Amino acid sequence: MSKVAETPPEIAELRERLGKTFPAVDAVFNEYANEAIRLLSPEGVQDWLDGAKFLGKLGRGAEPMLVFLDKAPQVAAIIGEEAVGKLKDFAWQISRTPNGDAIVPFLQTAAAAARRLEGIGLFGDYLQLADYVMQETTTSVHGIVATHPSPSFVDFLNSVPSLLDRLSIAALKNWAEYGVKAYRNDPEGQSNYFALQSVDAHTMLQRERHGTLLVDHERLFHLYLTGLWETDMICHPYSLLFDEIRKPRPYLDKNGIHLPDVYDDQDGVPGIDRYRALLAHVAAHQRWTTPILGDNLSPFQHVAAEIFEDVRIEWLAIQTWPGLRRLWLSLHPKPAEGACPEGWCGVYHRLSMFSRAILDPEHSYQDTVLNEFIGRFHTMMEEGGSTTQDAADMAVQWYVKSRKDSDMSTDMFLDDVEIEYRDDNRHMWLYQEQGDEDYMPESQSESEPEDQDFERPMRHYDEWDYGTQAYRPDWVSLSEHLHPSGSAALIDQLLAKHMQVVKRLERMLDMLKPQNKVRIRFQEDGTDLDLDIALRSLIDYKAGSQPDPRINMSHRTDGRSIAVSLLLDLSVSLNEKPEGCNQTILELSQEAASLLAWAVDRMDDPFAIGGFHSNSRHEVRYFHLKGYSESWGDEVKARIAAMQGAFSTRMGAALRHAGQGLKQQQADKKLLLILTDGRPHDVDVKDEQYLIADARKAVQELDQDGIYTWCINLDPKADEYVTDIFGPQYTVIDNIERLPERLPELFISLTK
Amino acid sequence: MTDKEQYRIHEEPFYQVQSDEVELYEAAYAARLPVMVKGPTGCGKSRFVEYMAWKLDKPLISVACNEDMTASDLVGRFLLDATGTRWQDGPLTQAARIGAICYLDEIVEARQDTTVVIHPLTDHRRTLLLDKKGELVEAHENFQLVISYNPGYQSLMKDLKQSTKQRFSALEFDYAVADVETGIIAKETGIDTDTATKLVKIGETGRNLKGHGLDEGISTRLLVYAAQLIDQGIAPRAACRMALVRPITDDADIRDTLDHAIDSVFD
Repeated sequence: MSKVAETPPEIAELRERLGKTFPAVDAVFNEYANEAIRLLSPEGVQDWLDGAKFLGKLGRGAEPMLVFLDKAPQVAAIIGEEAVGKLKDFAWQISRTPNGDAIVPFLQTAAAAARRLEGIGLFGDYLQLADYVMQETTTSVHGIVATHPSPSFVDFLNSVPSLLDRLSIAALKNWAEYGVKAYRNDPEGQSNYFALQSVDAHTMLQRERHGTLLVDHERLFHLYLTGLWETDMICHPYSLLFDEIRKPRPYLDKNGIHLPDVYDDQDGVPGIDRYRALLAHVAAHQRWTTPILGDNLSPFQHVAAEIFEDVRIEWLAIQTWPGLRRLWLSLHPKPAEGACPEGWCGVYHRLSMFSRAILDPEHSYQDTVLNEFIGRFHTMMEEGGSTTQDAADMAVQWYVKSRKDSDMSTDMFLDDVEIEYRDDNRHMWLYQEQGDEDYMPESQSESEPEDQDFERPMRHYDEWDYGTQAYRPDWVSLSEHLHPSGSAALIDQLLAKHMQVVKRLERMLDMLKPQNKVRIRFQEDGTDLDLDIALRSLIDYKAGSQPDPRINMSHRTDGRSIAVSLLLDLSVSLNEKPEGCNQTILELSQEAASLLAWAVDRMDDPFAIGGFHSNSRHEVRYFHLKGYSESWGDEVKARIAAMQGAFSTRMGAALRHAGQGLKQQQADKKLLLILTDGRPHDVDVKDEQYLIADARKAVQELDQDGIYTWCINLDPKADEYVTDIFGPQYTVIDNIERLPERLPELFISLTK
Repeated sequence: MTDKEQYRIHEEPFYQVQSDEVELYEAAYAARLPVMVKGPTGCGKSRFVEYMAWKLDKPLISVACNEDMTASDLVGRFLLDATGTRWQDGPLTQAARIGAICYLDEIVEARQDTTVVIHPLTDHRRTLLLDKKGELVEAHENFQLVISYNPGYQSLMKDLKQSTKQRFSALEFDYAVADVETGIIAKETGIDTDTATKLVKIGETGRNLKGHGLDEGISTRLLVYAAQLIDQGIAPRAACRMALVRPITDDADIRDTLDHAIDSVFD
C-alpha cells in the first residue's frame, strides 16, 4: 500500500471513485489523473471517470479504458468537455457492432482528428462520418444483423489524421463515400483504399483536397518563367503525401525543377504565390548561380555557403523585381534573437537570422558578428559582379567568426530555420571526388526507360458511377490499334451492289448546299446590284469617262464546316444474323460504313471511322479504321473489309475516346455517329444500368464540348434504353437490311 | 491650289534617336528613294516619319489604310456637284503635286490591287496616271513615298507582294532598349525615371510572352499611356493594369502573369 500513500489525496479520491478495476490502470492512473485535473473542470473529471468506468465494463480488456483515460482529456482540451461524453458514446456504439477492435484505434486517433477539426460541431460531423463508414462497411451474411467486422474501418481510423491534414471534413466525407460505394463488394480493395494504399485512393484524394494543384497551373508557371525570367524549366511534381517524416524539398537539376504537386495557402499567402516564390528563387539560381567545388567544406560550411548564395541571388532578383521582397518575406520565418538555448547548436538558427536580416531591412538584430556580415554582404553586392564563389568564401569567413563551442553539440536548434520556398541547392555543388556524399542528382533517371516500353499509347478514362454519383477516376484503360487490313476489292463490290442507292445519294448530296454566304463584288452579272460601285460608275459615266461595267455582286457559299466521326460497335453480337436476313449485321455495317464514307468523302467533310470492343474495364480496344485526314482509298477500304466482331460493348469509354479526336478538329459543327446493335454491356459489370448511365454521362460530356451525338441502333428492343443514353438523338433501324442506305441518308439529313 | 502649309509640322515632335536611322532616312530622302518602315505596333514608326518630315521641313500627308480602301481613295475621283462633276485629288495625288511626303500607314491592310497604284510613283518614272481624268501627274521634286507595315501581325493573307516590297528601301524598328525606352517614357510624360524603369520592366515581361498566347508584346505606346495615367495621380498598379494588361489580353493566365509582374515590380 506504500504506493497509495505517495499519491496526493485528490488523486487518491479520484481513484476511489473509479472503483475496482484492472491492475494495469493503477500503474498509470496518477499520471493520467494529473493531466485530467489540469485540463478539465471538476464536472469534466467526473465525466471522464464515468466514461473510463463504462469502457472498463465493455468486456474488451483494459486497453479501451487505458486509452480513454489517456486521450479523452486531450481531446476535451482541444474542442471542449462535451467531447468526453461523445467519445464514450461512440466507443459504446462501436462495441455494439462486430468492430470491437476499432475502439482503441478510434480513441487513439481522436485527439489528432480533434486537433485538425477545432470545434465540437465539426468533431460531431466526424463521428457521424465514422459511424457511416462503420455501418456501411460492416457486412452481414444473412441479411439483417451485421455479422462480420468491417475490413476497412480500422484502416480508415488510422488514416484520418493524415487525411484531415489535406481535406476538409466535407471533402473527407466525399472521399470516404466514394470508397464505401466503389468497394462495397471488394473487402480487399476497400481495405487498400482506406489505408491509402490504392491508386484510386490517391486520385480521389487529389480530387477532393484543398490547395493549389500544380497541374491546374502549369501553363501559368510556364508563362511566369518565360515572361519574368526569360527561361523555361520543366516542372516535375512530387507528392508530399507519403513522406511525412523526411519532407522532400524542391530541387533543380538538369531535368528541370522538381516541386510539390500541391501547395496549401500558408499564413495568408495563397498557394499560387508560394509556387511563384519558389519559381522565382529557382529561376534566380538558374540565372546567377555557377556551381562551385564543395570538397573542402565542412558540413556546416556547406550549409552556410548555401544560405549565403540563396541570399545573394535573392538580393540580385530583388534589384529587378522589388516586389519579390514582400513575397519572400511573407514566407520567411522570423527567428528571434537569443531563442537558441545555451548549449545547443545554433548554426542553422544564426544562418536563418542572417537570411532574414538581408531580406528584411527592418530587422532588429543586435548581434555584432551578424551585423558585421550584413554590412560586408551589402558592400559586396553594391560593388556588383559577385559570384557564387564570393558568397561561399564569405560564408566560410562567417562560420569561422561566429562559431561557438556549443555548435558541436548534438542538440540542434531547429526552430524557425526551415525556409520552405527555397530549393535544396544541389545544383550549386561540384565534387572532384564523387564519393558517398549527398550527391544524388540523377537518382530518378533510372526508372524512366520503363515508360518507353509502352509501344501502344494507353489511355485512361474516368467512368461515371451512377450509384455514387461520382466519377471513378481513370477507371477504364483504352488502347488504340490500327485495324488489320483485308481486301479493298470487297468494299468496291459492296458499293457496286448498292449502285441504285449510290445514285440516289448523289442527287441528295448535290442538293445539300451549305450556307455561309460570302459576297463577291465586281461582277458583270450577278444576283444583286452593288450600289457603291453602281454610283461610282454613274459618276464616271456622267463625267464622260469609261464607266466600270462590273456593278453587280453575287454570293457564293463558303464551305461546310462539319467534322464527322463514325463509331462502330464491333462486339461479338455483330456476327449474328437477324431473323429474316441473309446477311450478318457485320456485313450490313460494313456496307453502311462504306456508303457513308463514300458520301462524306464526296462532301469533303473531315471524317473518321473507329471501331471498339471491350473485355472488362482493363481492356477496351479502339480500332482506327479511317483518320480525319486520310482519304477514302484502298487502305481504308481494306481495313473496313477486315472488320470482325468480338467481346463486349463498353460504350462510354469509346465515346469519350472518339470525342477526344473529334474535339481536336477545327470545324463549326461536330457530329459523332455511333452504330450499335445492343445495349452497353461488359463482362465485369453486373448492373446493366451502370454502363447505360455511364454512356449517358459520356454523351453529356460530348455535348458540353459541342459535339452532337447521334445513335443508330439496330436492336429492335432498343427503345427500352436508347432514350436513356441519347435522349431524342437516335434512330432505331428495324429493317436492318435497309441499313446501308439509311445511314448515309441519315447523315445527309442531319447535316442539312 | 492646295494649302501646303496645313500639312507642315511646326513643332518638333519628340523622337528618341536609337541608332543611325535619321542619317539613313536623310540619305534616302536626298535620293528620293521610297522608304518602308517596319516594326511592331506602337514602337514609334509613325512618330519617326513625323519627326523626319519636321526635320526636313516638308509637308506630310498620312493615310491610314484599311481593307475597304480602293485605288480611287488614294488617287482621287470625280464627285457630283451642282454643275455636273468635279475631280477631287486623292491624298496620294495631292502629295505628288505639292511635293509632300506621303505616308501610307499599315499598308498591308489595303487590298493588294490597291497597293499596285503606287508602283509608278516608286520607280524611276515618278509619275501617277489618273486614267479617269486622262492626266499624267509628274511628281513634284520633293515628293517621297513612305509606307509602314508590321511584319509581326500579318496573316498569311496579309503580306506585301514582292513587286511592291522590292520598290522600297527599308528601315527596321523595334522597341527601344530598356534605357532608351525609359528615357522616352520619362521625356514624353514627365514621370520620374524610377517609375519609367519599372514600366519598361513590365513591358519586357509582356514582350517575352509574345508567341505564348500574346500576339504582340506591350508597346512603347501603351507604356506611355500607363505613365500618363500615373501622372494623373492614379496608383501605379491600377494604371498598369488598365493601360498595359487589360487592353492586350483576355487570356486569364497571361493576365495573372502580367498582374504578378506588376506586383513584383512595384515594391
